Order: sequence, then structure tokens, then C-alpha cells
Amino acid sequence: MRVVTAEEISNAVKNLIINSSVNLPEDTYLSLKHGFEKEISDSGKSVLSRILLNAEIAKTELKPLCQDTGLAVFFIEIGKDVAVSGKNLTDAINEGTRAGYSDGFLRKSTCDPISRKNTGDNTPAIIHYDITDGDKIKIMYAAKGGGSENMSRLKMMRPSDGKEGVIDFVVETMKEAGPNPCPPNIIGVGIGGNFERSAIIAKKALFRKLGEKNVDPELAEMEKVMLEKINNIGTGPMGFGGICTALGVHIIKEPCHIASFPAAVNIECHSHRHSEIII
Amino acid sequence: MGAIKITTPLTDDKILSLKTGDEVLISGTIYTARDQAHFRLVKLIEENKPLPFDPNGQIIYYVGPTPEKQGEIIGSAGPTTSYRMDKYAPVLIECGLKGMIGKGKRSAEVKEAIKTYKAIYFGAIGGAGALISKTVKSSKVIAYEDLLSEAIRQLVVENFPAVVINDVYGGDLYEAGRKRYENKYSIAV
Repeated sequence: MRVVTAEEISNAVKNLIINSSVNLPEDTYLSLKHGFEKEISDSGKSVLSRILLNAEIAKTELKPLCQDTGLAVFFIEIGKDVAVSGKNLTDAINEGTRAGYSDGFLRKSTCDPISRKNTGDNTPAIIHYDITDGDKIKIMYAAKGGGSENMSRLKMMRPSDGKEGVIDFVVETMKEAGPNPCPPNIIGVGIGGNFERSAIIAKKALFRKLGEKNVDPELAEMEKVMLEKINNIGTGPMGFGGICTALGVHIIKEPCHIASFPAAVNIECHSHRHSEIII
Repeated sequence: MGAIKITTPLTDDKILSLKTGDEVLISGTIYTARDQAHFRLVKLIEENKPLPFDPNGQIIYYVGPTPEKQGEIIGSAGPTTSYRMDKYAPVLIECGLKGMIGKGKRSAEVKEAIKTYKAIYFGAIGGAGALISKTVKSSKVIAYEDLLSEAIRQLVVENFPAVVINDVYGGDLYEAGRKRYENKYSIAV
């Protein structure tokens, strides 16, 4: 059994958080640039050029891309042949989150839902675990902002709604969201599973690289149809009107109950901050 | 068309001259407030108590910046989504508030108050916090320090970029923009 120290995990988490806050992933940057080239609306073009400039400033001046540095969300894959020493893995991740948000001068946006009292250190992080083969630990991190998260939706549809039902639900959700989730957006769609599982896979779908095709041809076709319909809504960059409303639609599908047809739409803003490391 | 330069405080004449879709560069003093600060401001108004600043002619910017590093004026400072302030905004507008900067749609009540009391709603670019922070020339917490990033700050800004979303004539850029580009993607791409 391979052993990794809790300290090593915490340090890795801290670095992921600080780096993500100032470095827009390259695929997102290129996708925004492509959107800028294709955009036909003047105000849309002006917004996209400023978003690209913002990414340059954030990178060179080490200033957070966005003031909403999010809730810290993690997807962790733990090999069956690796153990963590010193602390349990959850505590190690929270320790790294605390350090990352403090040392990186990031905003602490976690609070009690009723009293609204801030927890002060952006913990607890939201952590999802999967067990895999091997002796490695894969840490995937996303800084998830509130604006786009608030416009996300989950629907327990009827099996008879079919794939057209899912497409309509996703497009309607984006139409209703309008300018609020900071378009252009990346849209994670979870189809199947059950109530909570559909939401989790919708979030996980956001981690796929922009421009990378879905390996399932049927889902790839659905993504293409949804992307076209969403960009035809007219919302455009920041909702000022335009054809660049979404940069990508990513679907993950899982089996569900014979009576159910869950679908979840997790909207991500253009400041698509995420990164991963394998330890 | 170039951007229109405006300075605070805002006068009725200036507000009447601005229309939905106009790009503006704002200079002068503005105040920051978001959810919790709005809750407290409106409570003071209801209790007939003095406010930490006089809203007459002023602009409130919906923002909660990241903490500033040593030597920085302000951290990353882009707009937050405005609808969460919709419950409180009409009360402040009635007290003389003239401008709001945020992002996202407003309620029918806010749009009505904008028309009735001659106010204006500007949209800034969400997720451009590093870029916007460069337009902030000074920043001072003037109330509710306990709210951390949500404290009320007095900012002096220079050429802060924004777009007129809701004007006094009932214009709404989110509706007009969407209609204009509806179904244009398939034609353009």
C-alpha cells in the first residue's frame, strides 16, 4: 500500500486553488477567442475582448479573474492501493482549501444558509469521492461561483419526454437564465442516475475540455443540437445580445430507475476556473 | 460609437440623456453594497435612522471584492447578480439613489422605480474583476466592516466601463439585445 501524507494533499490543494484563481485554462481562453472572432454583435465583441484582456491582466498581475472565487468543489478519485497518513483525506482537503483562500487573498464566500454568517475560511469544501484502481489520488478542483450556480436546474422528467424533453429543458433553462449566469457559459448536463446523482454528474461534465467531442455519438449529436439552440436564443456575451451565449454543452449519462428520467443542468460562467493534479 | 463619459453625482438631465445600450465610462465617487448591506440600509430607512452615506444623486455598485494584497487599492472587483437586491432597490431609489451598477435582470418593481424617480441601471462585465479593479483609484470601508467583503466601501473610480441596461424610458437592453440576435447564430455560423 502506497502512503501519501495529508500535508502533501493539503499543499497540492492550496496550489490548485491559488493557480486556478488567476489562470484561465487554455481551452477556455481559446474558446472565448473563437467566440470573439465569430460574434456579430458589437457589444458582444466588446464584452469578449474585455474578458480576454481580463484574463491577461489576471495572469500577469496575479489578480483573481473574478471576485467570486467560489465555493471550493472537488472530485476525488482514490486508487484502491493508496492510503493517506496524518489526517483523513477530507480534513486534508479542507486544510488546503483554508490555506489556498487565505494565502491567495481570495474571497471567502461560504456562509450559514439561515443566519448568513460567513464561516470565515471558505470551508467546508464540497467533495465527491470515487474509488478507482491503482495507487494514485486524482484531485479535480473547481471554483464555482454563485451567479451561474443559482441559475442551474434539476427536473424529474417523465420517461415519455425522451431526448427532445431533455433538449427543451436545457434550452428553456438557458433562456430563463438570460444574462444572470455571466454568459458565454459552459453547460454541464447530467442525464439519468437519480435525484442527487444527476446533479453530481452535471457538475462533473464541466471538467471535460472544451472542444473535446463526447465519445458517445448520440450524446455528441444532442450536445451539438443544444449548443445551436442555445446560441440562437440571442442572449450573447453578458446578455447584451449576440450569438455567443454558450461555449460548450457537456453531457454525462448514467442508468436510472424504470419510472424515472432525471435531468440536471449545471451552468458554469465564462470564468471557468478548474484544474487537476494526480498524486 | 464611442463611450459616453459621465461623472457622479448623477443629475436628472444626465440620466434623461442616457439610453439603453449606451456604453459609458463612469468617474467619481460610488458606493459598494450587496445583500447584507442592503438589508441593513433598508432597515435604517424603515426606522427613520440616518444612513452611513447620503444616497442622493449617488450610484451603488453591487460588488464584494477579494481581499486586497499589500500595496493594492482593491482586490478583484467585478459586479454580482443584481436581482438579489431587487427587494431593497426601490426603497433606496425613493430616497434619492440615482444609479445602480450590477449584472443581470431586474424586477418589474425596480424598473418602475427607475422610471418614476428618474434613475438608471448599468450593467458591468461579470467575471472581469481584474480589469475593473484597475479603474478604482481609492477605496475606503465606511460601514459594516463586520460584513467583510460585503462591507460598504466608498470608491473613487476613473473610466469604469458599463452599459445602460434600464433607462428612464422603459428600455431594457436584455430584452432588446436578445430579440435582435434571436436565431442569428444559425445564419452567421
